[in-house]
Amino acid sequence: MKNRRVVITGLGVVSPNGTNISDFRNAIQKGSSGIRYIEELNNLNFSCQIAGKPIYESSYLNNYFNKLQLRGLNASGMEYGVIAGIDAWKDAGLEINKNETPLWDAGIIFGTGILGVDKFREAIYKVDEGQVRRLGSTTVIQTMASGISAFLGGILGCGNIVTTNSSACSTGTEAVLLAYERIKNEQAEIILAGSTSDSGPYVWGGFDAMRILPYKYNNDPVSASRPMSASASGFVPGSGAGALVIESLSSAQKRGATIYAEILGGHINSGGQRNEGSMTAPNSEAVQRCIIKAIQDAKIQPNDIDAINGHLTATSKDSLEIKNWCTALNRKKKDFPYINSLKSLTGHCLAASGSIESVATVLQIKEGFIFGNINSEDLHPDIVAMVDREKIPEKTIDFSPNIIAKASFGFGDVNACIIFKKY
Amino acid sequence: MTQEELLSKLKTIITPYVQNEKALGELNEETDFIKDLEINSANLVDVALDVEDEFDIEIDNEAMEKMLTVGASVSIIEQKLAEK
Repeated sequence: MKNRRVVITGLGVVSPNGTNISDFRNAIQKGSSGIRYIEELNNLNFSCQIAGKPIYESSYLNNYFNKLQLRGLNASGMEYGVIAGIDAWKDAGLEINKNETPLWDAGIIFGTGILGVDKFREAIYKVDEGQVRRLGSTTVIQTMASGISAFLGGILGCGNIVTTNSSACSTGTEAVLLAYERIKNEQAEIILAGSTSDSGPYVWGGFDAMRILPYKYNNDPVSASRPMSASASGFVPGSGAGALVIESLSSAQKRGATIYAEILGGHINSGGQRNEGSMTAPNSEAVQRCIIKAIQDAKIQPNDIDAINGHLTATSKDSLEIKNWCTALNRKKKDFPYINSLKSLTGHCLAASGSIESVATVLQIKEGFIFGNINSEDLHPDIVAMVDREKIPEKTIDFSPNIIAKASFGFGDVNACIIFKKY
Repeated sequence: MTQEELLSKLKTIITPYVQNEKALGELNEETDFIKDLEINSANLVDVALDVEDEFDIEIDNEAMEKMLTVGASVSIIEQKLAEK
């Protein structure tokens, strides 16, 4: 197998607590939450009436879409993904390809769970009214899952792989790893990797119906998302997009690009919905195996890991996740790495969570800090028994991690773990 | 409605879809939507829907297939208006 070094050279983000990298970095350092009360959810009789939703003026879209692309645009995930993707591309010092020849060595792997639900709703009403002929040309391109990679691929002029992956809440982390592998194997030089998730009642409704969202915090949204806390009562639904430019080290050096971090390796697997694994619950053996295999792939030792950016959604499964980390790394108490969860600040951004959290992880490596876990003042006793309090900082600490492990787990019993290293 | 008024309304409708601005300035009966104005063929359906909204007429599939030039579109719109 070919084996060359792969680095990250650009970042973009559209998060509930910051719609560009600089605002997002400030928000995670200060512990600013992006979770808000959403009147629409109240009107629609949701139990959980709060969510993480990126906020920007509609005129902001003019910087990313032309007038024709904006006509009939009704897909929030498309907006988030295009903004984050183009921002990352430009952050990497890359230009929009204005030539007629595609960039054969540059591709897009940009995942989503479902795209353009509001557009799809619009279409369903028209179809049911017998007005299918009035749908226009935009329904398909805004509701096909790969609409986001297709849009970005067209804007940027990429000629390598242009695809959309989907693996529930591990989608974003998986996208980064798929890009890493393709570049490592010399099949591409640059891949814009990331993921996006629509906002709104039609995405979040199914989770509300499953009774896995918190319903006691409608008057106190900032306190609602409580990963690792004894009073955690479900995940707050979120949305947004994260994007990372993944590049071969040789290409980055040739361009003189800024290098944010290196990807040492990673692993993707599934628990097969066996043992205690199910459609919605993890098979712990598979989670541990995913972490161990990622460490082996990165050619490091468990003790080399300085910090973990967990999946940690603020459900009863948080303790189990910590237990799995302890077992996989064979580390506990004060020997355990620092650990944090971005979801305390953004909610669970579903398909976008892995990429937004990877952006946060890479920022920690580049700038030397570990962001704090708000709402973790009452740590779950099972977690206290496994990990020292100081390893779960409530406020951002000044610490320069050399290696961070980032994992995401998703419905379908799927897992992904990446090992990032300071370059 | 005079043909001049109709043409001016049609021009307003197609403008957002046109990728060749120069050809838009030289619009005449022969102007081809795809070849001259470089309108993406997928957008022809949007042009037809916008025409329906503007003139309160219905462009059936057969009529839409013929709406490839400015002249053909004008005569189809005139015909549909007359049928109203």
